[in-house]
Amino acid sequence: MSKISRRQLITTGLATAAGASGLVVAEKLAGRYGLIPPDFGGIYGPGETLTYAAQRLLTRHSLAREFSRSQISRDPFANEVAPLGEPFHRLEQGAFSDWSLTVDGMVARPASFSLAELKSFPRRSHITMIQCEEGWSYIGEWTGVPLSHVLELVGTLPQARYVVYRSIQPDWWESIDMADALHPQTLLAHGMNDSELPVSFGGPLRLRVPRQLGYKSVKYITRLTITDNLKQFGKGLGSASPEGGYAWYAGI
Amino acid sequence: MAETLRLRHSFLVRVTHWLTTFSFLALLVSGLEIVVSHPRFYWGETGNVNTPPLFTIPIASSRAAVPTGYGYVLPDQNGWSRYLHFQSAWVLIMTGLLYVAVGFFKGHFRRNLLPALSEVSFRRLAISMAQHLRFERPRAEEAWSYNVLQRLAYLLIIFVVFPLIIWTGLAMSPSFVSAIPAAVNVLGGQQSARTLHFFLTGALVIFLLVHVFMVVLAGFWSRLRAMITGRAAEPLERV
Repeated sequence: MSKISRRQLITTGLATAAGASGLVVAEKLAGRYGLIPPDFGGIYGPGETLTYAAQRLLTRHSLAREFSRSQISRDPFANEVAPLGEPFHRLEQGAFSDWSLTVDGMVARPASFSLAELKSFPRRSHITMIQCEEGWSYIGEWTGVPLSHVLELVGTLPQARYVVYRSIQPDWWESIDMADALHPQTLLAHGMNDSELPVSFGGPLRLRVPRQLGYKSVKYITRLTITDNLKQFGKGLGSASPEGGYAWYAGI
Repeated sequence: MAETLRLRHSFLVRVTHWLTTFSFLALLVSGLEIVVSHPRFYWGETGNVNTPPLFTIPIASSRAAVPTGYGYVLPDQNGWSRYLHFQSAWVLIMTGLLYVAVGFFKGHFRRNLLPALSEVSFRRLAISMAQHLRFERPRAEEAWSYNVLQRLAYLLIIFVVFPLIIWTGLAMSPSFVSAIPAAVNVLGGQQSARTLHFFLTGALVIFLLVHVFMVVLAGFWSRLRAMITGRAAEPLERV
């Protein structure tokens, strides 16, 4: 065994102290600049935090890849959803004319929008890929109102940090940070491939978050809640995904 | 006879070797678990159960929507598998960066891995290949340096296969490619990246099997000890 010299001991001690205080400072800064995901606790917290922080520092404003019309998948796959309940079927029978989207939380003017109102708002379309965490994918053209437009209409307060969104399916809810919520490609989609958004693909209203995996694009959206703190929702992990063992941030 | 011990592997090589080992095994297990949720592979940008696959792995799936021919569905393990996969990827990438940076700085690659020009001839490679294929136990002095095939295999793994598997992995990230679209476009699409990622995993698994086999051939415990303590017994001829 080699003997540890006094100099080595002092150097190691100083390096450890510098490293430890560096970590504390890094954590403070990361918290302040919104670089820590809500599911940062637990054994996979370090990896998730590194991923989320790296993406927020490097890709805050980048646009998801858009494709040409000829690349739209002829055979998209809708994936299975849990059986849709009686409330959904009642609305479906009325051609979703009574479907409404409630927007509340940290906003100046809480509001409720009908599907017709949402469709009358400025539209944007993009041909983007939806990628499932399982590994499959398809490309479709999505049409809808940018989420940022709705957030502006209701007067989102400056201290808002997240948008929590809920499906008519009771246990299905997600949240995204303001970087994704205000992102120009994040749409409240009501159309797909030049027609109404089919029910199997999330119609009448799906939140499309093209820079994250498919499970963040929740189907059958009925409510948005703007907040500065995710702790008060569910188990405080940010969304239903971490409660089921999946990462909150799905941009990878 | 009392054996004398001499330094064989530097501290950096030993620490990064084992960090790579454990993170690779975690990536392998979690990666295979993720494949179980969709054991079909495609080429190009997109692919799903409605489109013809390039090939399928004949195993059961953890998703009922995947036609596998098996009458049962495996339990979903993707949550922890994905968390573990990406955390291990961070460990692997940071370990790799440290190893390559310090390795260049300290001349590890030049000294220990770059074969001498005279070694890289068809004849020398053929001789080394023949020795390997006869499963010849390496001579004692070979324990102190790597042979030409070994050097080339290590360089290939370190500077070609690992960078490619990290690249193809990042090419599957929707957020990463939003910033650097070329990362996936030059591979021919996101599903191509996934398929390449799978084949590169195969290459690393083959390397691991051959590597462990060669270690066993050379003397498993002495080589294992050298990679843990850094020290190996001097060959008898030298004492």
